[in-house]
Amino acid sequence: MRFSGLKVLTEGLRGNKGWQAHWRDAQPKAEYDMIIIGGGGHGLSTAYYLAKNHGMTNIAVVEKGYLGGGNVGRNTTIVRANYFLPGNSEFYSHSLKLWEGLEEDLNYNVMHSQRGLINLFHSDGQRDAFARRGNAMINQGDDAILLDREGVRKKLPYLDFDNGRFPIYGGLYHPRGGTARHDAVAWGYARGASDRGVDLIQNCEVTGIDIEGGVVQGVQTSRGPIRAKKVGIVVAGRSGQVAAMAGRRLPIESHVLQAFVTEGLKPVIDHVISFGMGHFYISQSDKGGLVFGGDLDFYASYASRGNLPMKEHVMEAGMTLMPMIGKAKVLRSWGGIMDMTPDGSPIIDKMDGIDGLYIDCGWNYGGFKAVPASGWSMAHLMATDTPHEVAKGFRLDRFRTGVGIIDEEGTGSQHNLH
Amino acid sequence: MRITCPLCGERDRREFYYVGDAVALNRPDPDAGDVVWDDYVHNRDNPAGVTRDLWYHESGCASWIVVTRNTITHEVLETALASDVKEATS
Ligand SMILES: Cc1cc2nc3c(=O)[nH]c(=O)nc-3n(C[C@H](O)[C@H](O)[C@H](O)COP(=O)(O)OP(=O)(O)OC[C@H]3O[C@@H](n4cnc5c(N)ncnc54)[C@H](O)[C@@H]3O)c2cc1C
Ligand SMILES: [Zn+2]
Repeated sequence: MRFSGLKVLTEGLRGNKGWQAHWRDAQPKAEYDMIIIGGGGHGLSTAYYLAKNHGMTNIAVVEKGYLGGGNVGRNTTIVRANYFLPGNSEFYSHSLKLWEGLEEDLNYNVMHSQRGLINLFHSDGQRDAFARRGNAMINQGDDAILLDREGVRKKLPYLDFDNGRFPIYGGLYHPRGGTARHDAVAWGYARGASDRGVDLIQNCEVTGIDIEGGVVQGVQTSRGPIRAKKVGIVVAGRSGQVAAMAGRRLPIESHVLQAFVTEGLKPVIDHVISFGMGHFYISQSDKGGLVFGGDLDFYASYASRGNLPMKEHVMEAGMTLMPMIGKAKVLRSWGGIMDMTPDGSPIIDKMDGIDGLYIDCGWNYGGFKAVPASGWSMAHLMATDTPHEVAKGFRLDRFRTGVGIIDEEGTGSQHNLH
Repeated sequence: MRITCPLCGERDRREFYYVGDAVALNRPDPDAGDVVWDDYVHNRDNPAGVTRDLWYHESGCASWIVVTRNTITHEVLETALASDVKEATS
């Protein structure tokens, strides 16, 4: 189905009864060249780029629920390329470039809004660290501007600059950073893949992975077995369970991350803002809701909801930074299951020792912005059996060898520290 | 979530620091090799359901506690002093 101005007008006059589904609701065939397990952002973009970049169309995306019902529809939609370490920098830089052409490529309005991201700092030490990060971003070819306190005040006059404990010293401004409509990203990729012949199979849970003599044969699902020459595991928070079907344990612990949204307000916050002390970040959606969040709840969890301590902490941090939001009513809060790795960086690799099995996981709490480049790189890996240039650092064996750990936060490569 | 410290009784989760999977109770031999150590330090069963992890009663009696709980419902099923668990299994 296509959109046009004329169509919107005529549908408006006809009571919006003529809109059709955006993609085919496919039934599983007996066999495919490739199967992607997981219909989230990464699974759908992988399928799309397999079809578009590599001409592979005899493929299926197998999703246990409905497309986009996982983290891709639960995140706070921040898109940025402000990473610091080699391995991450070039990957997220590539992703942001794909974002910038995504709407044209998919012919779908994903509401990508480069409204600018401002990461605030609150001490001399933090200023130095952010200046260094900004230089790394510029070296990578992306944009970063170090704002002093007055520079921040011009853009964000409503912050509490003189907070006794955490005065604002300035901010690192990333003008090309921003947000996008998360559901639309899933839908746009789904339509693009489906139009190219990819089968999107919903309500179909993978329950087993068939391997014979070290070679993948296909998958078992709640709707019967499906054979395939290659299988990609792209299931975010559920990576541990699905890898176990292939007899593997992963360097992943699943944690819950919460988010919050207020009632709709008139436009007040034009940028994406993050507080440098006490994790808190916020933006305003086009519907007017203030969308905000903070840290993980910090214990392993598969509940798509969090507990009260982190809610309280996030609200307190928000009030510390911008007391003006205190009267806004919180409408909803929810949680998503995050695939946390020890070093906080992702994995896009072959599953060593099992021919035809690939894995894309470990997106921690930041995999929405990665959706285009992850799909691009995973498709490249599955089609050519070689890692894509921008994702070649995301190796699974880096934890065992210690070579190429990508510890962006500098906390050490250990669970529960990111 | 409330956690029962074997020494202090039932307390708010905020009093505890989460240290992760209770694998630390089965620390491998120093010479066990990189595969075993990688498995111990990094790889996890990561179960959706009953799990055992270590919590530190930081704002309480400072004991290490093995908490058996459900990662889907957040229900705490059992708690025991890590030292007792270690003794019972060694
Ligand atoms: C509250 C919150 C805020 C966030 N904010 C941001 C942000 O601002 N910016 C950012 O970049 N990232 C953010 N993230 C992270 C981002 O959402 C995730 O990293 C990313 O969406 C994960 O990849 P995905 O979209 O493929 O995951 P998902 O959408 O979770 O896709 C995985 C899919 O696999 C399916 N699946 C699982 N098991 C099986 C099975 N056995 N068989 C078949 N299918 C299966 C699931 O049903 C699911 O649909 C946030 C996440 C949360 C929860
Ligand atoms: Zn105690």
